[in-house]
Amino acid sequence: MSENMQARDAVLAAPPFALNAAEKNRLLGSALAELTLHHAGHCPQYAGILAAQGRAAPIGIADVPFLPVRLFKELDLKSIPADAVFKTLTSSGTTGQVPSRIYLDQATAQAQSRALAAITTNFIGKDRRPMLIIDHPGVVRDRTSFSARGAGILGMMTYGRAHIYALNDEDMGLNLPAITEFAEKHAGKPIFAFGFTFMVWKYFLSALERAGITLDFPGSVLIHSGGWKKLEDEAVSNEQFKSVALERAGFDHVHNFYGMVEQVGSVFMECDHGRLHAPGFADVIIRDPLDWKPLGIGQEGLIQVVSAIPLSYPGHSLLTEDRGVLTGEDDCPCGRMGRTFRVLGRIPAAEMRGCSDTHAAAA
Amino acid sequence: MKSLAEVFAESLMIDAASVVDSLAYQSIKEWDSVAHMVLVTALEDNFDIMLDADDIVAMSSVAKVREILAKYDVTA
Repeated sequence: MSENMQARDAVLAAPPFALNAAEKNRLLGSALAELTLHHAGHCPQYAGILAAQGRAAPIGIADVPFLPVRLFKELDLKSIPADAVFKTLTSSGTTGQVPSRIYLDQATAQAQSRALAAITTNFIGKDRRPMLIIDHPGVVRDRTSFSARGAGILGMMTYGRAHIYALNDEDMGLNLPAITEFAEKHAGKPIFAFGFTFMVWKYFLSALERAGITLDFPGSVLIHSGGWKKLEDEAVSNEQFKSVALERAGFDHVHNFYGMVEQVGSVFMECDHGRLHAPGFADVIIRDPLDWKPLGIGQEGLIQVVSAIPLSYPGHSLLTEDRGVLTGEDDCPCGRMGRTFRVLGRIPAAEMRGCSDTHAAAA
Repeated sequence: MKSLAEVFAESLMIDAASVVDSLAYQSIKEWDSVAHMVLVTALEDNFDIMLDADDIVAMSSVAKVREILAKYDVTA
């Protein structure tokens, strides 16, 4: 890359939860300004949108122009020539819905892997623990076409070892022989479990409850993602989810994360105090849906996400279709710097999406 | 103990002759993210080491893998 991306390089190299508000606004703000220029110079549609908005060059994080996330369903937006496309990501293309198409080059894909590693190891440590994948092996079997769910699981497998799948292919039932063998082999040791929120609740925690089985993995971590929509229909709160995960499986650290395929590297992980954290190279802005002004702590609005990672497509600043509220900045009891927030759900007019939860969506 | 080229060839199911230093992750269809995890397990078993998450992310080519193994006093 011949362009000057000094601020982007610096913000990506910083530890993920170390920048305070002033440092972050300067460094991430400059990185996002670099990216805005970069995409305007390499993606004609993006340049057209900016020209139509008549915006001046951004000077702070909240000044960066944002695109609605659904634009990636309607337009093929990329800032690289077709032959530089290394990987194409698609969002959950459930029946009747148009998936987003996100084009990654090697540099963007690598920055994303590094960012995900920095965040994940910040929460579970660098040592790879025995890993319980709360899904069925079939989800990653077809190597030529992974679902978003399969891709998510593969991405997380890096952080574990001696992986086993907790569910059977045939009926999503508990694979009790595999789970028992795993539990005996790693008895009393902290393990790492990962799955999609709905799968973990419906096919793992609820199934353990029904069968009257209690597992014991003290000191273990469960990371889950994929959205709460289906669980809200069953009236399951995050608090209830966590307490059942602790009682049934001994998972004392349960981290939900919020993210979307349209903005690689924006992984907002929930800490032990129940807050979602923005890492240094990404941020969240809550906007008033009536005048688009940024809102302060405690005020509900639409979630905008920004990330220094997207080089290959103009997705560094996106307006989501989710509602949220800021809960603080540089003041979480867990000690991580940066903004914290809660997600309140999808806006009513948005099309139905289940994130990576394609199995549940088909049900 | 198998050689690094043998571990690569068996994990990725490719010919040992094609395991050259410049061979890069995702540059051939056989070295995809699934095969990458197979490779990690095979390297750990064969060389009796424990790689950490950063190592796995950094394993972008055969040459890079050799460099990472050297950190664990493995000459491969």
